[in-house]
Amino acid sequence: MTRIAANTPCRVRLILNGKERVGQAESRMLLSDFIRHELGATGTHLGCEHGVCGACTVRVDGVASRACLMLAVQAEGRRIDTVEGLCDGDALGDLQAAFKRHHALQCGFCTAGILNSCAEFLDKTPEPSELDVRDMLSGHLCRCTGYTGIVAAVLEVAAQRRGAPPETSHV
Amino acid sequence: MQAQSTVEALGRFAECGYARERVEDNALLRGAGRFGDDLATTAGTLQAAVLRSPHAHARLRKLDITSALAIDGVHAVLTGEDVREWAAPFAVGVRQPMQHWCLAVDKVRYVGEPVAVVVARDRYVAEDALDAVEADYELLDPVVDPEVAAQADAPVLHEGVGANVVNDRHFSYGSPDKAFAEAAHRIALKVRYPRSSCTPIECYVVIADYDVAAGTYDVTANFQGPFALHSVMARALKVGASGLRLRTPPDSGGSFGIKQGVFAYVVLMALAARKAGAPVKWVEDRLEHLQASSSATNRVTEIEAAVSAEGRISALRYDQLDDCGAYLRAPEPATFYRMHGTLTGAYDIQHLEARNRVVLTNKTPTGLNRGFGGPQVYYALERLMQRIAVALDLDPLEVIRRNLVPADAFPYRAPAGSLLDSGNYQSAIEKGAAEGGLDELKQRRDAARREGRLYGIGYCAVVEPSISNMGYITTAMTPAEREKAGPKNGAVATATVGVDPLGGVTVHVSSTPQGQGHRTVAAQVVADVLGLEFETITVNVELDTQKDPWSNASGNYSSRFAGAVAGTVHEAASRIRKRVAAIAAHQFEVDASCIRFGDGRVTVADDDRLSTSFRRMAGTAHWAPALLPEGEPGGLRETAFWSPPQLAAPDVNDHINSSLCYGFVFDYCGVEIDKVTGRVRLDRYVTLHDAGRILNPAVLDGQVRGGFAQGLGAALMEKFEYGADGSFQAGTLADYLIPTTMEVPEPVILHMETPSPFTPLGAKGAGEGNNMSTPVCIANAVADALGESDIELPLTPSRVRAMIGIDEPDAPEGLEPIKPAAGSGSALQASDSVDMPGDPATVFDAMLDPKILAKIIPGCHDLQAVGDNAYKADVTVGVGMIRARYKADVNLSELEPPHALKLSGVGRSAMGTAEGSARVRLTAIEGNRTRLDYDYEAAIGGKFAAVGARMLQGAARVIIGQIFSRLAVELGGGSNAGSWMKRIVDLFRRLFGRSKK
Amino acid sequence: MKPAAFDYARPESRGEVLKLLADTGSDARVLAGGQSLMAVLNMRLAEPALVIDIGGVADLGYIEIRDDRLCIGANTRQAELLAWPELAEHAPLLARVMPWVGHFQTRNRGTVCGSITHADPSAELPLSLAVLGGEVVLERRHWRRGRRVVPAAEFFQGLLTTAREPDELLTEVRFPLARADHDYRFTEVAMRHGDFALVALAAVIGPDEIVLGAGGVADRPVVRRIPRDRDFDTELNIFAWSLGAESDAHASAAYRRQLVRELGHKLLTQATP
Ligand code: FES
Ligand code: FES
Repeated sequence: MTRIAANTPCRVRLILNGKERVGQAESRMLLSDFIRHELGATGTHLGCEHGVCGACTVRVDGVASRACLMLAVQAEGRRIDTVEGLCDGDALGDLQAAFKRHHALQCGFCTAGILNSCAEFLDKTPEPSELDVRDMLSGHLCRCTGYTGIVAAVLEVAAQRRGAPPETSHV
Repeated sequence: MQAQSTVEALGRFAECGYARERVEDNALLRGAGRFGDDLATTAGTLQAAVLRSPHAHARLRKLDITSALAIDGVHAVLTGEDVREWAAPFAVGVRQPMQHWCLAVDKVRYVGEPVAVVVARDRYVAEDALDAVEADYELLDPVVDPEVAAQADAPVLHEGVGANVVNDRHFSYGSPDKAFAEAAHRIALKVRYPRSSCTPIECYVVIADYDVAAGTYDVTANFQGPFALHSVMARALKVGASGLRLRTPPDSGGSFGIKQGVFAYVVLMALAARKAGAPVKWVEDRLEHLQASSSATNRVTEIEAAVSAEGRISALRYDQLDDCGAYLRAPEPATFYRMHGTLTGAYDIQHLEARNRVVLTNKTPTGLNRGFGGPQVYYALERLMQRIAVALDLDPLEVIRRNLVPADAFPYRAPAGSLLDSGNYQSAIEKGAAEGGLDELKQRRDAARREGRLYGIGYCAVVEPSISNMGYITTAMTPAEREKAGPKNGAVATATVGVDPLGGVTVHVSSTPQGQGHRTVAAQVVADVLGLEFETITVNVELDTQKDPWSNASGNYSSRFAGAVAGTVHEAASRIRKRVAAIAAHQFEVDASCIRFGDGRVTVADDDRLSTSFRRMAGTAHWAPALLPEGEPGGLRETAFWSPPQLAAPDVNDHINSSLCYGFVFDYCGVEIDKVTGRVRLDRYVTLHDAGRILNPAVLDGQVRGGFAQGLGAALMEKFEYGADGSFQAGTLADYLIPTTMEVPEPVILHMETPSPFTPLGAKGAGEGNNMSTPVCIANAVADALGESDIELPLTPSRVRAMIGIDEPDAPEGLEPIKPAAGSGSALQASDSVDMPGDPATVFDAMLDPKILAKIIPGCHDLQAVGDNAYKADVTVGVGMIRARYKADVNLSELEPPHALKLSGVGRSAMGTAEGSARVRLTAIEGNRTRLDYDYEAAIGGKFAAVGARMLQGAARVIIGQIFSRLAVELGGGSNAGSWMKRIVDLFRRLFGRSKK
Repeated sequence: MKPAAFDYARPESRGEVLKLLADTGSDARVLAGGQSLMAVLNMRLAEPALVIDIGGVADLGYIEIRDDRLCIGANTRQAELLAWPELAEHAPLLARVMPWVGHFQTRNRGTVCGSITHADPSAELPLSLAVLGGEVVLERRHWRRGRRVVPAAEFFQGLLTTAREPDELLTEVRFPLARADHDYRFTEVAMRHGDFALVALAAVIGPDEIVLGAGGVADRPVVRRIPRDRDFDTELNIFAWSLGAESDAHASAAYRRQLVRELGHKLLTQATP
């Protein structure tokens, strides 16, 4: 059994976007703070720290999860994927490129979390309806876009991955 | 009037007007944005947390920080004493003897008001220390309702003023009395606009440092402007403008006006850094943000129109009461005056009267919020238009049409002074109706109604001001006061375009965007002027008041980018173009008028052989000054400042052109209401915008969609809920409801382009229209569906269903409804009773016995007598996984042995306060038993009220109920800590030994 | 918004969990999916001395059918239940209810047992358990009487309050399997999609009797049995009033009662699909 006393930093080791990373965390440190401030991956943002806004969503062993509702120590040995890992080499991945095409972001503060949810969702749901997409996205708050571009981008990537050609025009 | 817009002169654009993908997105989509909390900080930077008042109105008697300072990792605690020593109160826009400090120094006036700042190694430790600061308050009566606050006998927030109405101005334009006297109809309406906020997803961030050698402050904050507030901050810090270096991060996670309010925390954290002797970072959390950052004003408006038999309005009369919260924080009372010149909206109404009263209440101070002032004004005006149609039995759109400013009247001077720059409202409405499918929508409505469904159509026409006149706020002063203070007017925009030695073009704007794509659009503008690919142009939007050009009007507000800033970028780029053209003309030995820019080259017209790359030609200015023509100084950088002459100060008759541009928005929508649930479903929403020349249609549509979603939220679900005791009850995003993908449909967006003659590119602002139009448009549709006149936002299912009518069957015998709580919000009043063994005297004596009292108060660790029937107790209470430790004062009073007594308690904890009292009556019943009846009241304030509003009443009920059921257990003998079997027995006793009253 | 300090333990067996609970009792909190607890800790609405992360206990994650019961272990995530291929067949009510539970992202981590232990009166899973007449298994460290099975009706005691003692762990929840001659229905009104219910109703329509449950109105899920030959509207009215609805920022008491009556009427009278 692992036991960590309060106020005692301990070592946490995890796989962040495919690379093993090690940092220090007290038992109470949130995974979101650990990723951002201990590991320096600041692409994950915090909008509420109580699990509602979705900005902090990362993938834990491939599953979209709120990083603000997890302790860093719970991530020990796990695979954590964040927005920083979504690129295709140096180029934007297909999902990111579709977001750009569809003006699916404005301030971009909510975007990292949304991309992570979409990444998992599209793996599991290759042929989503618009309602499926909206339902999945309802766990995220975006204050800028009114969501139109986000929904369109996700539907387009789903279609693309099934072999349809990418759209060239804008929403 | 000013010369024609330069748009025509420039001819076709290669970039502007096209939906270019945004340059911002490349970094943001990779997680490589640099928001406030992402920036590298100086080594040794500490973290701050703010201690906030749990009370809406109280005198701060004592603040003990000893135990907080003793916590390992805590470096300093900033208190009111420090603030009094180092700072000054914020300057206020009206002359009144009231003070607003960045930290409470004597009184607290709203829940969440900063009381101290803890600076510690990290935020976790800083929050530990917050719990250890002991603050002692003397409670004062709060006032929450603006109409109550405006009354003479209301509790007063600022004793020096002696009343809560801190500004009262009366305006009259034309001859309203005469018009009303002559009118065929006078139609009036009273509306209340609720308090809400476009709350961004990123909260406030401040990183502050103090240079003790120079006595100056260096602060980075996600401030959005207007930078007129820089002067307010510097004055509060008692330094000159150069003594406060204010910088903004490259990215900001939304603002919508709200990040104007961070200015108070810039000052607070600057002082905290001074106190700590180290750089300090503060990242506001969501609870802090919702309860205490900023919000729009809530407003009560009485509006009346003088109307002819045909529905033509000759005069309008407003009586507006704006609730600015606990302090009049700059730039308030701007919410009123941003719209002042435009009180007649899109209509040609000659006579106008307005009374504007600013009232303070025990709520968070207000400030900029997208649409600033517009939602409140248009809610009254456009609801009234709908009422006029109903009263005169006219089609609502017909009433709008009959009153519009004529198409040939532009520029049109509205009675209160707005100079409507351009437009064609009639053709906008025709286009909107035709292309949005109004006829079909009407058919849908008729079909729905034939089937007995509730369906309504709402309309609204809105003039959307943009590019604020920095002088409009002075309309709050009387002409005589203004005379003394000196004129304020204008709106200076600035932009810089530079070309580096390798020919790369860099643009700087001081427009501090939060997601509006300023970098993209500025690049498009410059690309067109210089004939370059827009992707090659670098745009920097960080602002550093020590190094960058800026002015008091800098910042991102009043939709000023497209009209003012992009135009100024154009001006700066044009100067560069002119200089490069001169250099090229000199080299090619032709006249400068023959030089053409395009495809990254500088070419002589009609002679392709004379052509050089732009890079090379521009590089000459750095590398070979000797080759430059006479008068060309070398180096290539141009900073343009621009201020439109139309923005004059208010005149002696209080005429004010409050904005430079006035776009037009025409919306209509069809809603269907579920008769059972009361849910409002948008069947179709059509929104037509005329924002002048469109620079990037995709960016513009993004603004429309975002504003629409926020307007929809304001219409249907968003509200900052306050209890009657001033407790704030919307502290989480599960309480303050923001629409999700499932609630926001896609609106039909239509555009029209009537260029503004007053802006360099003919563009107007367009970021706020739907925040102004959508709430009232939806309200009008609901009014139409239900045939109701009194519509209050947000239109929650419960409220709508109440309007449809709830015809409740009677409660069956023995099932009377629970008495509703008196007042609203967290206050709870109810009655209950419990039977217990023993006669009343035994029960009475038991309650007076401290040993028993200690046992029956749930979670009581320690009970010390401090007087006759007065105790201090240490109590841990909670339900489920939630638990809080209170220091409590417990009193037994109004003793009438053995029949009655009053048990009361007040508890304080890091979670806020809890107060409760129960009047107990004891009656002997059969079998040597006693029935204990109790009427109780409970109120919970502070954090628990803010984040647990949904649970509050239930929790209080559980805990109070426990006291008496435990008393019953005590008197029944046996121990409370028995086996679970025993507890089941207790539970049964509780369930069956208790009857609802 | 950061948690207060606590000791953290990640036991690997049920026995270790129970020992920790026996030693720490009400000063401990069990962390499974964390979708309620972590928010509570972040807001410092609780400052436990010990957080016991049961995520490492391998034998607590399962979905099994045993004795006409669908048994779900304490570590089973809501998303796993929703994705379980036999859900619609064995527990049609849950198949209808699960999409209403939180959001995709919170179901990914939130556990079925966690939601039931939390006993939010507006949550859908406690309502489902109550209306189906399910039960929970509570375990504690004891040489003989370490395990008890508590029916839902006794388990839910009030606002966030259950029969679980501080030293007990809810190890399993059991839902009765669907019966062929029964029909299962669910409806809910919330402010937004995925929010806690203003009113949620679940019904089991049997050949002779209807079991109707309401969430979001009283301080716990409440169930009423209605013989099919009764007048539904009278029964619904009694039920609506008996719930003791209260008004809050989002809905009035009268609204909640009326929804119980009118949505209840729809739910009970709609044709069997
Ligand atoms: S920050 Fe985690 S959900 Fe909002
Ligand atoms: S893009 Fe700003 S919150 Fe979504």
